[in-house]
Amino acid sequence: MSVFMMQSTTLFSQFNYIAVIILMMVGLYVVFASRNLIKKLVGLSVFQTSVFLLYITISKVSGGQPPILVEDHVSSDEALAAAATQAASIEAAHGGAHHVVYSNPLPHVLILTAIVVGVATLAIGLSLVVRIREAYGCIEEDRIEGFDFDYTLEGISK
Amino acid sequence: MTMLDIFPNWLLAHGPAFLMALPLLLAAITAILPNEKIAWFSSFAVTLICTVTAFALALNNIQNGVSVYPLGGWDPPHGIALVIDALNAPILVLIAFMAVITIIYALPATIAEVEPKKRAPFYAAFLLCMAGLLGMVVTGDAFNVFVFLEVSSIATYTLVAMGASRDRRALRAAYNYLILGSIGATFFVIGIGFLYMETGTLNMAGMARILHDLEGGSRVAKVAFGFIIVGLGLKLAMFPLHMWLPGAYAYSPTPVTTFLSSTATKAALYLLLRFIFFVFDPDFEYVASVLTYVLVTLGVVGMLFASMQAIFQIDARRMLAFSSIAQVGYMLLGIGIATTASVAAGYLHLINHAIIKGGLFLALGAMWYRFGITRISDFKGMAKMMPWTMGAFTISGFSLIGVPFTAGFVSKYQLATAAAGAGWWWAVGVIVVTSILAIFYIGQALLLAYFQDPPKIEGRTVAKNEAPLAMLVPMWMLVFASIVIGMRGGVIVDASWRAAIFLLGGGQ
Amino acid sequence: MRDPHILLRVVSKFLIPLIALFAFYVQFHGDYGPGGGFQAGVILAASVILYGLVFGIAATKTAFPPSWIRIGMTLGVLLYGGTGVLSFLLGGEFLNYSVFSHNPSHGQHYGILAVELGVLCTVASVMVAIFYAFGSRQPGVPNIENANEDG
Repeated sequence: MSVFMMQSTTLFSQFNYIAVIILMMVGLYVVFASRNLIKKLVGLSVFQTSVFLLYITISKVSGGQPPILVEDHVSSDEALAAAATQAASIEAAHGGAHHVVYSNPLPHVLILTAIVVGVATLAIGLSLVVRIREAYGCIEEDRIEGFDFDYTLEGISK
Repeated sequence: MTMLDIFPNWLLAHGPAFLMALPLLLAAITAILPNEKIAWFSSFAVTLICTVTAFALALNNIQNGVSVYPLGGWDPPHGIALVIDALNAPILVLIAFMAVITIIYALPATIAEVEPKKRAPFYAAFLLCMAGLLGMVVTGDAFNVFVFLEVSSIATYTLVAMGASRDRRALRAAYNYLILGSIGATFFVIGIGFLYMETGTLNMAGMARILHDLEGGSRVAKVAFGFIIVGLGLKLAMFPLHMWLPGAYAYSPTPVTTFLSSTATKAALYLLLRFIFFVFDPDFEYVASVLTYVLVTLGVVGMLFASMQAIFQIDARRMLAFSSIAQVGYMLLGIGIATTASVAAGYLHLINHAIIKGGLFLALGAMWYRFGITRISDFKGMAKMMPWTMGAFTISGFSLIGVPFTAGFVSKYQLATAAAGAGWWWAVGVIVVTSILAIFYIGQALLLAYFQDPPKIEGRTVAKNEAPLAMLVPMWMLVFASIVIGMRGGVIVDASWRAAIFLLGGGQ
Repeated sequence: MRDPHILLRVVSKFLIPLIALFAFYVQFHGDYGPGGGFQAGVILAASVILYGLVFGIAATKTAFPPSWIRIGMTLGVLLYGGTGVLSFLLGGEFLNYSVFSHNPSHGQHYGILAVELGVLCTVASVMVAIFYAFGSRQPGVPNIENANEDG
């Protein structure tokens, strides 16, 4: 009983990671199992989104505030240094005068970049699907393979 | 007075930023240029400047050792640093040099292979791809590697898709590459995330130091290592993860195939070296077991399997693509044995293979340009129809097989001695067997070309029609590079040893 | 006949300027607060896209010609890169904003404003360009499944 309780509490305290893993698996499964080109891209997006969640989860410091410096009396040089260093939260927590714990802003910035990358990939993927549909008239992978099959074997028949 | 004095100081000081920023900025400008000639000229100028810069930086590295460039003035633990060391300097020169070769070749090739409206964007995407590759090699920040990896990959997807005006299968090839490439990049970024959890830094030198202090780290570091290996394995076409490669190589425009085969997978291999030997350490027990049991096994199986498949291909470019997968196996074998000599051999093979495969793909592209040839059975009498192109194909082919006095021989011999030196005699056997398989697949094309008459069309034998000079010059530059390395490969062999010693220390 | 989307048109005409204004609010708070070029660019593009959805893509293209959009993409990148080149010409490292002013802190402020403006320009243009690229595609290709079922 107690073992179960302990396991379930650790399970719940790490539910972010569980969500990440589930999303990751769902995304990957959709990419590989589905034969529709659009559905594959949807799966890819879900897969990439799970990574965004993973990074955001890493950045959470328990009890941490959003990493924004609001005090005006901090000179702007200090603010600059503190805001830009990834160690801002740790410095503020241990050495800073105000004893405010901040969440780590760095993974958020990284994920902003990764989101942009994901959008670009999705846009390219969708435009490729549009082109494929214009060239083949459908977006089902099996049919497209069928169209290309004779084409690929032209060397043998001659 | 050394060669280094030619280059001004500011170039040496700010060169790393140039390599990354110049192609990016010019790509943006090229994208709106109306005229393809201007676009070509600006890309040519950029690639040339990048080559000179990379060369200067490599020389500087030989003389003055590792240089670190803090981007934006933020020092490494907090900011992004660009690092030039013995491992990445030769790769930078390789990428920039291959870009020049490809751009010269692209002048006639794009006219034949790319729709008029898309030629200026072609150069823009090409520069973007080059910027991404140079960026991911020059940067010392792990997440930045991911960003540049994606910059180059996304540009590559569009470049591959531009082959659609020639063959509609290019679209599907680009789509498959996009799906698998994105999965690879995502695996890689998951790995980086776990490494960041473990070490709290994104700077690769910092990660290496902290992992060393932790003696390999906890399970998180192990998981990170696994994700990074799989992610990079997808990008570099490690044997079971190579499914995107034959299509992407076979149907994209020739300049793209050349540039991809000689730089994109090579940059990913560089990252593999960087992560296995620099960030992680082969002394960690989990890294050592992955090297011996995973990389070597996959490398060897890939060498045998892909060489076999290459023999049975109909399409000549698919044949070369499968041969590329086999050659990646050689490099993985060199990395997996993990002695200084074997890593040097793998690194040397990486550079040599870029030059050899570049030459082969350029020759095939020239044949398509003149006669529309894609199949091996069409090689009949090619030696009479295009003697210079076929000559380049032949010498590069010999180099791929590993005939003495060519680049391929130097690296294969070095790899075999390294394997023997480590007591891996069966690996020597595998190298010999796959070289014999290479004789088969290259040989069938050569036999048709030299010992068959040109085909007859309407009763008349097809006349000789040599490729234009803008194709022959880059082709033969690569052939000469291959022969020079084979005859006296001093500089490149030294560079590979320096890289291996930088990674693994003096040793054997 | 009355316009069936009159409500939509009136409300969106009212909303679009507010959305654009909010984009600039996010943009100019992006130096020391949450916000910045990425978010602002997407919000700005959203206002254009809303206009496109309600009033049609042809009207949008006359209001925001695709050639401008293409120049906007390049301009943003050049603004970003130009900031880096300028900092290099002024003697700092690439993208070291501290050299822009005597007070390094002010220099950083100017630098980040210029860079964020470049990001805004590029992101907004790219989002609109993607919308144009997909929106102006003519559905001229028959669907092969339907064709088979019919015949």
